[in-house]
Amino acid sequence: MARLSEENVRLAKEVIARYPRARSAMIPLLHLAQEQDGYVTNEAMAHIGDLVGATSAEVYGTASFYEMFKFEPVGKYLINICGTMSCALMGAEDLMHHAEHRLGVKLGGTTDDGLFTLERAECQAACTEAPCLQVNYRYRFRVTAADFDALVDDLKAGNLTDEVPAHGIVARVRQQIPVDRGVGAVPPEDVTEAPTWMAEKAAL
Amino acid sequence: MTTTESTPAVVVDPDAVNLTINGRAVVARKGELIIAAADRNGDYIPRFCYHPRMSSVGMCRQCLVEVEGPRGPMMVVSCMTSVSEGQVVRTETDQVKRAQEGMIELLLANHPLDCPVCDKGGECPLQDQAFSHGPGESRFIEEKRHYEKPIAISDLVLLDRERCILCDRCTRFADEVAGDALIHFTSRGNNTQVQTFPDEPFSSYFSGNTVQICPVGALTARPYRFKARPWDLEKTESTCTTCAVGCRITLESSRDELLRYQGVDSDPVNHGWLCDKGRFNFESLKSDARLTNPLVRDGASLVETSWSSALSTAASLITSALRAGNPSRVAVLGGARGTNEDAHAWAKLVDALGIDSVDAQMGDGLPSAVLTYPQATIDDAAHASTVILLSPDLKEELPILYLRLRDASEKKRSRILEFASKGSGLTRYAWKSVPYLPGNQVAVVASTLSEPAVSAQMAKGSVVVVVGRSNLAESDEYNMAALDAVMAAHPGATVLPVLRRGNVRGALSVGLGRRDAVDILTDAANGEIDCLVLVGADPIADCPDSDLARRAFAAIPSIIAIDTFATASSAKATVLLPAAAFGEKDGTTTNLEGRVTRLARKVTVNGTSRPDWMVALELADILGHDLGAASVADVHADLVSSNPAFGPATRVALATHPDGVVLAAPATGATTSFAPPPAEKPGFAHRLVVGRKLYDNGRNVAESPSLARLAPGSALHMHPLDLERLGAPEGASVRVSGDRTSIVMNVVGDESVQRGTVWAAWAQSGANIGELIDATKWVNDVRVESLR
Ligand code: SF4
Ligand code: SF4
Ligand code: FES
Ligand code: FES
Repeated sequence: MARLSEENVRLAKEVIARYPRARSAMIPLLHLAQEQDGYVTNEAMAHIGDLVGATSAEVYGTASFYEMFKFEPVGKYLINICGTMSCALMGAEDLMHHAEHRLGVKLGGTTDDGLFTLERAECQAACTEAPCLQVNYRYRFRVTAADFDALVDDLKAGNLTDEVPAHGIVARVRQQIPVDRGVGAVPPEDVTEAPTWMAEKAAL
Repeated sequence: MTTTESTPAVVVDPDAVNLTINGRAVVARKGELIIAAADRNGDYIPRFCYHPRMSSVGMCRQCLVEVEGPRGPMMVVSCMTSVSEGQVVRTETDQVKRAQEGMIELLLANHPLDCPVCDKGGECPLQDQAFSHGPGESRFIEEKRHYEKPIAISDLVLLDRERCILCDRCTRFADEVAGDALIHFTSRGNNTQVQTFPDEPFSSYFSGNTVQICPVGALTARPYRFKARPWDLEKTESTCTTCAVGCRITLESSRDELLRYQGVDSDPVNHGWLCDKGRFNFESLKSDARLTNPLVRDGASLVETSWSSALSTAASLITSALRAGNPSRVAVLGGARGTNEDAHAWAKLVDALGIDSVDAQMGDGLPSAVLTYPQATIDDAAHASTVILLSPDLKEELPILYLRLRDASEKKRSRILEFASKGSGLTRYAWKSVPYLPGNQVAVVASTLSEPAVSAQMAKGSVVVVVGRSNLAESDEYNMAALDAVMAAHPGATVLPVLRRGNVRGALSVGLGRRDAVDILTDAANGEIDCLVLVGADPIADCPDSDLARRAFAAIPSIIAIDTFATASSAKATVLLPAAAFGEKDGTTTNLEGRVTRLARKVTVNGTSRPDWMVALELADILGHDLGAASVADVHADLVSSNPAFGPATRVALATHPDGVVLAAPATGATTSFAPPPAEKPGFAHRLVVGRKLYDNGRNVAESPSLARLAPGSALHMHPLDLERLGAPEGASVRVSGDRTSIVMNVVGDESVQRGTVWAAWAQSGANIGELIDATKWVNDVRVESLR
């Protein structure tokens, strides 16, 4: 619960190497930190700053722009119920009330067992499947109260461990880009030629 | 040709751009921003985020103007749009007005409008521009955002997030100018706010600048908070003499009390910025510890007396010392903390008395011969293609010079080649930072300069050598010999001497550097000095060899001190005269590059204090010498007419050039005569490196409550691997021993310290590292033992 682990530092260095500027790796590294601890700790932000050559304040400034980064512990399962138009019309409000009762927490709260955090989200781009929710960013469509209860029961029982990993794990399959397969991005200051599309335009 | 008249050749400036602003033709420079061109043309465009010394970010959108385009007029952000040939700009049409009023309305949507209790009220760009460019009323009825008011973001600066208009000036300054990106915008949308990292304060040496440039009252500084309203302040322009950079400032006072200094934009010097030490040490001027009346020793105590009796006592001490032998039994130390006129009056007095034991430095600087090399200005250094550092840590000693050189490196104008015994503030901006063990500087410099990559770099353009005393525990001869090594390798280089005391260059230029203070103190310790005059000098605190200073003071029968405070040295005086301080006297000062600027008196002197020049004139009078001057103006006129270097610095020249006049330096192309020996280090010892931190226990920090607590205190810094080898944990007490004595210090791991060396800061509270410095040695080695 702190700085990045040795294994994650190795991964971090691999990610950093993909970019012409180390700072560009800041967001992937924040995901790595969130995956490690379930949220982004202060120690991890300071560590990321060291790794990419930024101050802790710069890392925090960047990270806090994004709602998906959490700076305090959240439940193992983060449930986001969509509250935007289509879902609202299809009963998102009732679903939220039900969820609050079922979990025994108010919107934004975390259950005492540390398993669930309840949040509202803006449109999740699944409007045809309203009302919808995400649990650790995995979709559930046309959710009824009974579906919600079943979901909670399944998560508690560990029936969904394969499908829904703990909060912070965005993807289980880690991107592997061998150095020779990188795009070979050139630092902006070293770019000497116009981009291809401009060259093509000039040729016309 | 139909005419015989010849048309004058039209000089076409390739960088000139012709445009019209509000119907008037304007010639601008290529790449210039519309807002800057309009400023020069007298058309004011309202703005909040634009700052001419920082990059444009287009954050506030207040500077919208109309530019004629192919499809009719369009709105552009004038701080982000460059001028172009034939451009037609209008800044005052109805459309522009509507846009600007709309922006003010939006900026005020969340602004608390607590002007009556806001420090900025009365000098607030938001308040002023809401009147001049605002709609007068708002359509917003929604609740404004609320935050805890105010939060401390450092020991000095407080932030009221409700007032913040998110202009990005403070955060941009911290990142771009100071290089301390410790504040940043956090969160998003309506919740966007300036914040530090949790538990990591905005502890930048330059934090006060953010308070000055914040266009609202969101940032306030503790030393000035709630002290005055802007309309109560009277302002005079002057020069900061806290260090030798000589930043331009305004002295702002109310009811005869200095309450604030603000930076003034001087293009050759400070670009409007100040360091926090210079900005906030005005607090020390009103310290209760200031001397108010002359004191004369009566046994163990000092007793108040009148000026006339104190002066005649002082004069008789000098007379009897002179009579006891010859002028060599009298010594004068100091003069670097006052004005040029103070120093000149004292130089005239010591001339009249034939005294030769005179020094303005305390054995902690460089020989004054450094001023006879071909000289460079700060601007020369900040535009040189190669800057060679043979200097102490500029961030700690001459902060604004650090900013100028950092900028030169960041903007890719200059490459910095640093030679240092310990990593400095500029190390991370250096093209190459070459470490050396104290004693080996000359060899390391010579071999580095012969590397092909280095000589190729130096051949690219101008080379400026920044030279100062890089280590108080090492002979100054090494710095001078290293300088000679550079000059030999690159004879075209120019030199920027970085001696640090406010007016040390002025004092040396008028002749207050005749013998090295260490030699004078050695004579004194041997009983060869009967009377020592201290003109704002504190050798016990400032001479690197503390033991020598102590022995000298014990052996001198009579000491006359002129000082603002009773210091370690002046408290030992037989006669102690209260001196007028900065802000209490008129005159001129000379900065490290030899730039003479005016100093202003803003408040009445403390008690019966008198300026140093006046004391010199009065003593001369009693001693039967007529120095031919009766006022500071007389002294200045005499300086200008008698000292060719000061010839250009006439009253008129200084009045018409607020940025000052650079001394005509007599460049003699000097090189030092002799090369100090390389010094071998015994294997078991650590070589001692002693430098400075910005905040120390010098009077002007120690007597400024806001700054005093920022001094780090005494500690021994060691490379983490050496620390491991020593077997002492971080923070543990260790015994540090030299040949004479040993002291106990806390040890800290510090990667900027080289292995085999230890570093300690000068003049910190706690153990005094000066106990371990022997000024007669080339270098000083110490043994470190764990006390566990
Ligand atoms: S605190 Fe002041 S300078 Fe900083 S962003 Fe806010 S308004 Fe601008
Ligand atoms: S850099 Fe020196 S001259 Fe400038 S504000 Fe700081 S102390 Fe004063
Ligand atoms: S409104 Fe809920 S997914 Fe679009
Ligand atoms: S001054 Fe131009 S956008 Fe702020």
